[in-house]
Amino acid sequence: MTQGFSPTSTRRGTLAGIAAGAATLAMPRIARAQSEIIRIGFPTPLTGPFAAEAKDQVKSAELAVKQINDKGGVAGRKVELLVRDDKLNAGEAATRTLELIEKDKVHAIVGALSSAVQLAVNEVTRARGVIYVSISQSDTINEVKDFSRFTFHEALNPHMTTAAVAKHTFKKGSKIAYLVADYAYGHEMLRGFKRAQEALGATSVGEILHPFGAADYSTFMPRLRSMRPDILCICNFGRDQANAIKQAVDFGMNRQARIVVPVLLHNQRLAIGPEAFDGVVGGANYYWGLEDTIPSAKAFNDAFKAAHDGAYPTDYGAYGYTGVYSLLLAMQKAGGTETDKVIAALEELKYDVAKGPQHYRKCDHQSVQSVLVLESKKKGEMKNPADLFKVLATEPASEDILRTCKELGFPA
Amino acid sequence: MDAELIAMQLFSGIALGAILIMVALGLSIIFGMLGVVNFAHGALFMVGAYAGLWVASRTGSFWWGLLVAPIAIGLFGILIERVLIRPLYGRSVDDPLLLTFGLGYVLVEAVRIVFGSDGIPFQTPPELSGVADLGIGFFPVYRLFVVGVVAIVLVLLWLGLEKTKFGLIVRAGAKDPQIMRVLGVDIAKVWLLVFGLGVGLTALGGVLAAPMRNVNPEMGALVLAEAFVVTVIGGMGSLLGAVVAGLLVGVAISMTALVAPEMATIVMFALMAAVLLVRPQGLFGKKSRA
Amino acid sequence: MTASTSSLPAAARAPRSPWRARLTAWRVPLSILALCLLPWLLPSQALAVNVLIYGLLAVGYNLLFGYTGLLSFGHAAFFGAGAYVTGIAIGQFGLPWFAAMLLGVAFGGALAFLVGLLSIRTRGIYFSMVTLALSQLVYYTALQASSWTGGENGLRGFTVSTINVFGWAIDILDPVKKYYVLMVFAAAALWFVSRVLNSPFGAVIEAVRENETRARACGYDVERTKLLSFTLSGVIGALAGTLFALHLAIVPLDILSIHTSGMVVMMTLLGGAGSFFGPFVGALAFLLMEDVVSLWTSHWQIVVGTVFILFVLFLPKGIWGTALAALAGRGGR
Repeated sequence: MTQGFSPTSTRRGTLAGIAAGAATLAMPRIARAQSEIIRIGFPTPLTGPFAAEAKDQVKSAELAVKQINDKGGVAGRKVELLVRDDKLNAGEAATRTLELIEKDKVHAIVGALSSAVQLAVNEVTRARGVIYVSISQSDTINEVKDFSRFTFHEALNPHMTTAAVAKHTFKKGSKIAYLVADYAYGHEMLRGFKRAQEALGATSVGEILHPFGAADYSTFMPRLRSMRPDILCICNFGRDQANAIKQAVDFGMNRQARIVVPVLLHNQRLAIGPEAFDGVVGGANYYWGLEDTIPSAKAFNDAFKAAHDGAYPTDYGAYGYTGVYSLLLAMQKAGGTETDKVIAALEELKYDVAKGPQHYRKCDHQSVQSVLVLESKKKGEMKNPADLFKVLATEPASEDILRTCKELGFPA
Repeated sequence: MDAELIAMQLFSGIALGAILIMVALGLSIIFGMLGVVNFAHGALFMVGAYAGLWVASRTGSFWWGLLVAPIAIGLFGILIERVLIRPLYGRSVDDPLLLTFGLGYVLVEAVRIVFGSDGIPFQTPPELSGVADLGIGFFPVYRLFVVGVVAIVLVLLWLGLEKTKFGLIVRAGAKDPQIMRVLGVDIAKVWLLVFGLGVGLTALGGVLAAPMRNVNPEMGALVLAEAFVVTVIGGMGSLLGAVVAGLLVGVAISMTALVAPEMATIVMFALMAAVLLVRPQGLFGKKSRA
Repeated sequence: MTASTSSLPAAARAPRSPWRARLTAWRVPLSILALCLLPWLLPSQALAVNVLIYGLLAVGYNLLFGYTGLLSFGHAAFFGAGAYVTGIAIGQFGLPWFAAMLLGVAFGGALAFLVGLLSIRTRGIYFSMVTLALSQLVYYTALQASSWTGGENGLRGFTVSTINVFGWAIDILDPVKKYYVLMVFAAAALWFVSRVLNSPFGAVIEAVRENETRARACGYDVERTKLLSFTLSGVIGALAGTLFALHLAIVPLDILSIHTSGMVVMMTLLGGAGSFFGPFVGALAFLLMEDVVSLWTSHWQIVVGTVFILFVLFLPKGIWGTALAALAGRGGR
């Protein structure tokens, strides 16, 4: 049987945001002054497979900007968000970032939703000394080779999520099989899981690398089955993850093993439905259900729902909020947009805007924050259409689940 | 590596090949008869899957989706041929290719506008879900069903082409459209139907694939590349070639998945390049066709 | 235009209209003038650089598709090869930018020669398919060879901020300076392509396009002609790739994808296949359309796709080709 569905129309709010961005292009260029509007560039993939996440990012980022502006802005200056479509393409993202810097004269960039895009934006902003708050997962951006003193990484990284997920799912003696997307992000997730597996006394019964972006995983299933694992760890992302899980379930893998993923995506779970995801466990940066325990989450949810007809904020959307909010808080502290002062303020900042306490670690500018371990709910357990997950555990914000600065190649 | 695993892998490859055959067959029929390389074929596969989903959700039955969607999209294909492709006959062979290339963009974006860009779940019909014990291992019932449906369609197609008057005209028309015209056959009408048939086949492939892969607007892109590989290996325009090459590619992918899984995608392009270098017209292709 | 006129030597098939003749004689200076004005006419310099780079890529592609009549679906491979080799040469071997560019062009050209050698054995649709398959192989190779290429994360870490030209340091992080530095290379390439088209070889490739059998009967070595055209086309594409690398200072894996190949085909056709400046017009039209339409709807692809279909149906000569024909007041190209 198929699930009921309804055609969705384009989201006018986002379009209005883009149109507002377009309008600013036409405005005469004002000289940089204290009273000048603070412009934040926001490249995100409005088209392509992560369009839903991107639109949530835009909504959340706009909410952060609005809240700051309502409270008087940054040092008396209004803040404006310039949203651009990066099409999930690193070249396009680099071009849009150049435009934002060269033509729109933005004061900082926040955004990206893929490892490749974020590294491209990082490269452009690093060469030009522009502050960039990255909100996409990657281990690479923490390492010294790609480090930029202008870049802050608000998103989780695969090392953190895998450490947290493994801690709450792997047990001593667990037999784990890995299905891994064959690209940097997949390898990073595998590395994180295997490190945790060793520490926890579990064993690997096999690893299969699959081509990035594959649509059919049936050919890997007989071998995965023959490994007889207790845990099937699927290390990929987005559509790859959805298809791999669905086909693993078709082959009955969920009856012999628990399916574990590094990142459970809110919108992906919505798109695939509760049946395929039944019992799947994975990590996340945010889930609206946090509101029961964390006051800032409640405030964020309420503000978001009030602005968007009762819709709940999502994981990647929350990155847009926390990323923009932390930057603007630092600008407030720095009393403006002067690059070195803002960097210093970001390095010192302690913030709790949606998910409990966070701060940027000094050496690699990684946001130290909590990681949620979620389990997908059955259809019958869902209280409303957005009630997708149970929070199994919250791994508290701590540098213990990060790689050390020394390991990343920074001088001690 | 034990024999059971290899047997299972072989079987997965055949099941994978079944979907490839449906798509490649449509591509090959259209090319063989009309000389048109349909670059919108992948997009029509995707549109077929969405149509199946839509019908199934309206009627509450997967079976109606399986029956109605391919016919509806086949009719849509007829419309495409009549309105967009027909004006291009007599012009460069590249023109229909370029036009359908643009059409692919339009169809994908149109689906995004109507159904959103996130993808939609498509559950396996309950009567076909679960796994079956094949003796050598467990296999999803639904995939067995797909192999069965494709086999039936192939038999029907063969009967239609070999035993009916329409089939005779199609086969003759593929060989020499000029003679057919001289003989008083309305070749334009035949082309119209053949295009519709080819599109209907890929739409059927889309509906069949949907419960395995979910549906999303980009699902056609990868399929198109695979279908090209299959048709080129088999020989553009050869129906037997599409079937043999479909199975060959399916099995090649699944066997590569066993020994070097990360190479599972690259292997088909390597296979295609190799075949073309040895036999540029493909395994069953006719040399004269260009 | 009929086969008989186009197989005559270049001098004899000079356009009949005096307007066209003057335009053709001055096509290189006029094109360069247009490129000089570009950054001041477009909404952003980043867009102007993209028009320059993709326009050049399309000019190279046009040599193969428009003039030789070979529809390749794999030109991303040479574009990407030029970009990757330039980036690797600067980032991993510390070569100076100019040497890195030369290496990028040489490598791209060699790859084009190799792919050409394999693909021109096939004809028509098969040619398109083989080029597509081989470029997919290049894509997956780059994805796998991540220690060289950065894999899916893309190649990074080779930002060139200043370049020295005879002791004169130019800051190419400055968008305007960067544009004009890159434009010098594009201008040189345009001059080169114009020379090629005016040479006897230019007449031969058009003869091959119009009627391969006849060209063969006239004693031309069709295979060698195609191969040379393919390689030259790849060299120009690789040059565009090296400019891309210098411009963005990253090489994304997407550069090698089938979308890049398809985009070049669309640009060339929109502008006018087989016309000298058409590909630039096509790149301008395509990128401007994408830039402008994507500001008011995220569904820009439906607009681009529809425009493309309409062009195939009603304006197969493209924008520039149609404009030229209108200017000449006759149907000739």
